[in-house]
Amino acid sequence: MTSNRSRTFVLGEKKEMVESTYLALDGANAVSHAMRQINPDVVAAYPITPQTAVVQNFSQFVADGTVDTEFVPVESEHAAMSACIGASAAGARVMTATSANGLALMWEMLYIASGMRLPIVLTVVNRALSSPLNIHCDHSDSMGARDAGWLQLYAETGQEAYDNTIQALRIAEDSDLLLPVMSCQDGFITGHGVERVGILPDQTVQDFVGQYVANYSLLDVENPVTMGAWDFTDYYFEHKRQQSQAMNESMPIVEAVSAEYEKLSGRPQPIIDTFAMDDAEVAVIVLSSAAGTTRSVVRDLRNKGVKAGVVKPRLFRPFPAQRIVDAIKNCKAVAVLDRAISFGSPDGMGPLFLDVTSALYNAGACDVPVIDFIFGLGGRDMTPPMVESVYDQLMQIRDTGDRGDIVRYVGLRG
Amino acid sequence: MSRMYEIRWHGRAGQGVVTAGELLGEAAMAGGSHFQSFPEYGAERMGAPIKSYTRISDEPIEIHSPVLEPDMVIVVNPNLIGAVDLTEGLKEGGVLLMNTPQSPDTIRKRLDYQKGALWCVDASAIATEELRRDIPSTMMIGLVIKAMEDDSRALIDLETAVDTVEESLEGKLRPEVVEANARAVRRVYEECVKG
Repeated sequence: MTSNRSRTFVLGEKKEMVESTYLALDGANAVSHAMRQINPDVVAAYPITPQTAVVQNFSQFVADGTVDTEFVPVESEHAAMSACIGASAAGARVMTATSANGLALMWEMLYIASGMRLPIVLTVVNRALSSPLNIHCDHSDSMGARDAGWLQLYAETGQEAYDNTIQALRIAEDSDLLLPVMSCQDGFITGHGVERVGILPDQTVQDFVGQYVANYSLLDVENPVTMGAWDFTDYYFEHKRQQSQAMNESMPIVEAVSAEYEKLSGRPQPIIDTFAMDDAEVAVIVLSSAAGTTRSVVRDLRNKGVKAGVVKPRLFRPFPAQRIVDAIKNCKAVAVLDRAISFGSPDGMGPLFLDVTSALYNAGACDVPVIDFIFGLGGRDMTPPMVESVYDQLMQIRDTGDRGDIVRYVGLRG
Repeated sequence: MSRMYEIRWHGRAGQGVVTAGELLGEAAMAGGSHFQSFPEYGAERMGAPIKSYTRISDEPIEIHSPVLEPDMVIVVNPNLIGAVDLTEGLKEGGVLLMNTPQSPDTIRKRLDYQKGALWCVDASAIATEELRRDIPSTMMIGLVIKAMEDDSRALIDLETAVDTVEESLEGKLRPEVVEANARAVRRVYEECVKG
């Protein structure tokens, strides 16, 4: 069997921009529409707030015959990911979605999906993990899965959630990669927030994702393969090294797909989105919806003459280390905003901070004072005044040179 | 300067307040604007006081947090007076819209409200007449448009809004009910009073 798909679209083909149609959609529904346009072979899912709307809307498309997807309503998220793995190993194009405890219940299978190099696309509508029980947004779910061998994209808006979903599929299925991708958006804030979302024509999306022909398929009886088999002390290590290498070398693939999609949609698809960073003295690095709120504060600060900037990584796995170092290395003070805690890390730092600071150290850029703010756990609002207080603290560090507490909190009482 | 217009809705869960906010946003989108519409999710039980937010702007909206200082507050359920701080954070020179059978004078006194404009309409009565049910949320859009026009910030026009309401209801409701809803939006626009 030959690989006749995605790469042919990535290389060199010149495509004109295609106009989007604008719909009023929440972030969850925007993903449902992307899935409808992709028309995957198999979707296996189990409902959990706030992901529910993604699969609910999509199952309506299935019921209406708008898509010819095999929809498998399973009894748990563990079963959902297991069914996705089986279908993907059989050669199908597979998508699913979950949140919080649902993702936690998939844990075992997440590693199996990536270890078997199955290009499954999973939408995560970010929600706080229990306990205590909370249905609102933070990143504890997907951040906990950051070492599971999945690429991770984070969306600021419903528009980005739509755009990332389509790109995620092409990235995952690229024959030089073959890794699963998580496409994340903030629960409720983005997932249930209705906004103007541009939708590409169905055919344009179909052409972009192309026909999926699996390189290796359990149903390809002419070319029999074994997947997920016993792998003892003799080869397991080599296979994991290969898996790590695939992730390490995935950046050019993400870049190529992003560039092609940017040209097609007319919407920028940067690996890291930088705003006002050219001469920034004080900067914030933050994922997802809070990046927009931060950017709006930076516009006000710039009007007041403050040299403030903001960096929003759209891609978290693989971690765009060099880009982030380049963006912030000349700053006088930087804050990372984390919507999750890596419990037991030094002072209870957040996962984004751990990676940013390790990137700086490894690049030899150790002079930039960086602090971490934990924010928004369990859906606590991140308001403009809170963002302003972050920049105020950064300006203090800039002016005094005193880094002070490394891990701080914003929006926390008492 | 950004021309963002921020609205907070007050109502009770189950009254269609969230849907009304979304329809208002859609009407703004139909007129070429960007919008955001999202509720504040709390304990989800029928009849509980709820808040919902709509932002309208001629540029993409970046801020993703609740509206703290609204330009406009819309009160769908008159019995929230005294139960919720309805004018909290309302900008100086902002606009308060009330569904109420009472006069603007009475409302101003009851809320001790002086800092902005006030519009009142008995949307519940109109809803009961037109729809045989007290479901006044959607028709409050007529009042939003009137108040915006009066404030020289006409971001949405009445015909676009009526079209949006009709389109959203078509296919879900019988044609005469769709028509009654459209008529109710127009009646609210016509029958409201400023004071």
